[in-house]
Amino acid sequence: MEQVPKIPKEKFKLLHKKDNQAQESLGTPSLTYLQDVRRRLFSNKVATVCLILLGIMVLISVFAPVVAPHNPNTQRVEYSNLPPKIGNLDIPGFNGMQNMDGKSVDAYKAVNAPKDTYYILGTDYLGRDLLSRIIYGTRLSLIVAVLATLVDLIIGLPYGIVSGWKGGKVDTFLQRIIEIVSSVPNLVVVILMMIILKPGLVSIVIAIALTDWVTMARLIRAQTFQLKEQEYILAARTLGESSTKIATKHLIPNLSSTIIIQTMFTIPNAIFFEAFLSFIGIGIPAPNASLGTLLSDGQKAFRFLPYQMWAPALILSIIMIATNLLGDGLRDAFDPQSSD
Amino acid sequence: MADEKTPIVQVKHLKQYFNIGKANEVKAVDDISFDIYKGETFGLVGESGSGKSTTGRSIIRLYNPTSGQILFEGDDISKIKNRSPRMKQFRQQMQMIFQDPYASLNPRMKVKDIIAEGLDINNLSKNDDERTQRVEELLNMVHLNPEHMSRYPYEFSGGQRQRIGIARALAVDPQFIIADEPISALDVSIQAQVVNLLQDIQKQRNLTYMFIAHDLSMVKYISDRIAVMYSGKIVELASADEIYNNPLHPYTQSLLSAIPVPDPEVEKTRERIDFDHKKHFSDDQRLQEVQPGHFLYCSDEQAKKY
Amino acid sequence: MEKILDVKNLNVDFSTYNGTVHAIRGVDFHLNSGETLAIVGESGSGKSVTVRTVLQLMAKNAKITQGEIRYHDEDLLKKSEKQMDDIRGNKISMIFQDPMTSLDPTMTIGKQVAEPLLIHNKVSKADALKRAEEVLRLVGIPNPKARMKDYPHQFSGGQRQRIVIAIAIVNYPEILIADEPTTALDVTVQAQIIDLLKELQQKIGTSIIFITHDLGVVAGIADRVAVMYAGKLVEYGNVDEIFYDPQHPYTWGLLDSMPTLDTDDQNRLNSIPGTPPNLLNPPKGDAFAPRNAYAMEIDEEEQPPFFKVSKTHYAATWLLHPDAPKVEPPKSIQQRFEKYQQMLGGSVK
Repeated sequence: MEQVPKIPKEKFKLLHKKDNQAQESLGTPSLTYLQDVRRRLFSNKVATVCLILLGIMVLISVFAPVVAPHNPNTQRVEYSNLPPKIGNLDIPGFNGMQNMDGKSVDAYKAVNAPKDTYYILGTDYLGRDLLSRIIYGTRLSLIVAVLATLVDLIIGLPYGIVSGWKGGKVDTFLQRIIEIVSSVPNLVVVILMMIILKPGLVSIVIAIALTDWVTMARLIRAQTFQLKEQEYILAARTLGESSTKIATKHLIPNLSSTIIIQTMFTIPNAIFFEAFLSFIGIGIPAPNASLGTLLSDGQKAFRFLPYQMWAPALILSIIMIATNLLGDGLRDAFDPQSSD
Repeated sequence: MADEKTPIVQVKHLKQYFNIGKANEVKAVDDISFDIYKGETFGLVGESGSGKSTTGRSIIRLYNPTSGQILFEGDDISKIKNRSPRMKQFRQQMQMIFQDPYASLNPRMKVKDIIAEGLDINNLSKNDDERTQRVEELLNMVHLNPEHMSRYPYEFSGGQRQRIGIARALAVDPQFIIADEPISALDVSIQAQVVNLLQDIQKQRNLTYMFIAHDLSMVKYISDRIAVMYSGKIVELASADEIYNNPLHPYTQSLLSAIPVPDPEVEKTRERIDFDHKKHFSDDQRLQEVQPGHFLYCSDEQAKKY
Repeated sequence: MEKILDVKNLNVDFSTYNGTVHAIRGVDFHLNSGETLAIVGESGSGKSVTVRTVLQLMAKNAKITQGEIRYHDEDLLKKSEKQMDDIRGNKISMIFQDPMTSLDPTMTIGKQVAEPLLIHNKVSKADALKRAEEVLRLVGIPNPKARMKDYPHQFSGGQRQRIVIAIAIVNYPEILIADEPTTALDVTVQAQIIDLLKELQQKIGTSIIFITHDLGVVAGIADRVAVMYAGKLVEYGNVDEIFYDPQHPYTWGLLDSMPTLDTDDQNRLNSIPGTPPNLLNPPKGDAFAPRNAYAMEIDEEEQPPFFKVSKTHYAATWLLHPDAPKVEPPKSIQQRFEKYQQMLGGSVK
């Protein structure tokens, strides 16, 4: 085919290789599954930004009493409906100027507020600081989110695992219950709750608790059905591993991606559900703030004081979009097939 | 010949049905009986749907047999309860090696923990050091580098993973191992490695194997005796040489004739034998000894011919 | 003989998180009209990637860095996606390993077989279905007229693979690429499918590229064989040359590690130690060297070129260099050599 290359003769000595373990070396660097997931997640810029945004929100909510400039429930009727103002900076929209009868008026001067009094996002119709109310409102939304997630994990996860693992009659029975639960709209549940309990965080959480775990339970059940036929599960059974140990050692780690992703979709649902209830007036009672009540209040004055609705609407949208996009990012990160 | 050998596993009229009483009832294993002798390798061959894997899983009690007996060292284990002390003991005596090296190891566990699973369940190691040492020994035994203990399964090749699976089975020091198509998912060059390893370990530890496979070539090589399964029944059972040199059942003949041989001259002259279910299967047949040590699924009338 | 497909210096990279995997590292082969070429290799050797590249059916992260794929007088790599659509399923078609997933479960098989006809030809639906029926009969589906209205799940695995073949050949392609078409099947079914492929080749005159890891299957179907290892061809030649006069230690290893039914049970099987190299960092020298019992110093430093064994037979191993020491191949290989001598002696050539 081609010219035989010139090669020194001594190179043609047999090395007499033996079957040794050097041949068993692994080429790739040792990376744990989670490291791999993290790398995939951070290479997704959108998801990373969402993660950072949500992280900041969580931090602010946790430290709300420190961060909030005012008490969210303190009413100062003399300072009602003041527009946003940041210090004495002259930023359009944040300089305390308000359009009145076609003229631009300094609303703070009009109510004789001292020079150092300002509200970054303005005040509402009772003179409460809007920024503080939004911070506390977000905090409440996130509490709802955490509780909903807990319910998912405490009820939905074991329910799904038991149903899928046991199969047969147990599964049929558990699935019938799920069908009944999911056939009742959660709005109906809330209204029924109100007959017994007062409107408030408790009744919202119970309503979510009663209905929200169903999706998680269904997903986990389907996954468990697939996993239990996997040979490593069979191997664990032949070794005599108990069912509980199989669940904690083998099932849950391999369900973790489903769990995390489903949680990322539970969170916006729960937050939106709370906001929706508060908006229609059967959620968080006054004077406590939630994003829903803020939207409801802001909506009443939207034509004249649009900032009262813009701010909470923006925050709610960011939370919803960020969790959804992060959920998408996590789904891709957990799926090794998606590596590109 | 059979006299000097003691059976370790005796399967008597084993039936394993699924979806009993429903329209989709499946008789995966339908009344089979055989003995496996101590120290031998018993090959179980059949094509997909023949019930060979189900047989293995019933014997190791991944399923609850519909009826029949499974004696392990003379003791019926077909009805012992999960979580009973007897079951716990049995789980150490009998182990399994699985087919798919990619599905048989938990992807979220380190190799060390995978292999040590049996040790942990049965509290076979007193402390962490002893555990690590045992895992090291086991890795050495399957010719893997103990340094790879903290790696995850996906970093290994198919053959390496299969050896991890073997180490896991060996951890509890079993006497009897069911190898459920342990090499059919592996490349040819790797198959021989695994088969050699299994044979070495068998000699060292005086193990008995049941080797399940779908083709006869490797089974013929590794087994002492072979049972051929078809449609939930054992159609022929004899020594490996006998099955190969003197196949009596038409299905065995058909299986043998279909094995591809890496020799073009042989391939040119190959005559394929087709097997016709309707022609060769009827209700009056049962497994009977037609020649010493050679069992055939046939009617009484057919048996007289031999 | 006319070369209908000529692959030259094909290089394919995959980009992964760990870096670039050099899956195909300079592969040359050709396909003659009317023949069956078997490409043999282990998983990860690049055999599937090679043929998928011919039809440009690669994964998203694959990149052809170099090479040419000449089909008649055109380079397939220079074709647009639209032009490739005219070729795929028409001039060149492909059968995949798993008959369970290569059929659409929601479509009757008659429609699935007729589909490529309707896409590539101006035929009426009735004519297409009629032709589909003929082809189904050709691949051995009994009573095709009635069964055309059935769905894939109503067929057994072997029959499904026959249907897959029917879809692939309905346009009488010039080249049929079969990517491990029998690996997922039972032995008896495998034998039937191989017989079918041979029969079809006679009837419709297709050239076949047959991808497999099983040398046993190769012996029964191939005219020529190419052995692949770690993204390169290591040996190619006529089927007799590869089976009775193999030169590359890897080919030796492959042939030697298969027990034949005559293998003595008392002997240990010969195996190839170790595992194939990781193609993230392909070795500098011969990729097989670390597993090669006949490795020499030069193997670790430089990749061997192809040495000519006969007009049709080439092997890339330094053992064929005139300065290389004479080595003794495994016993079973020596037996093959002897058989070859007898065959050559006996034939008129």
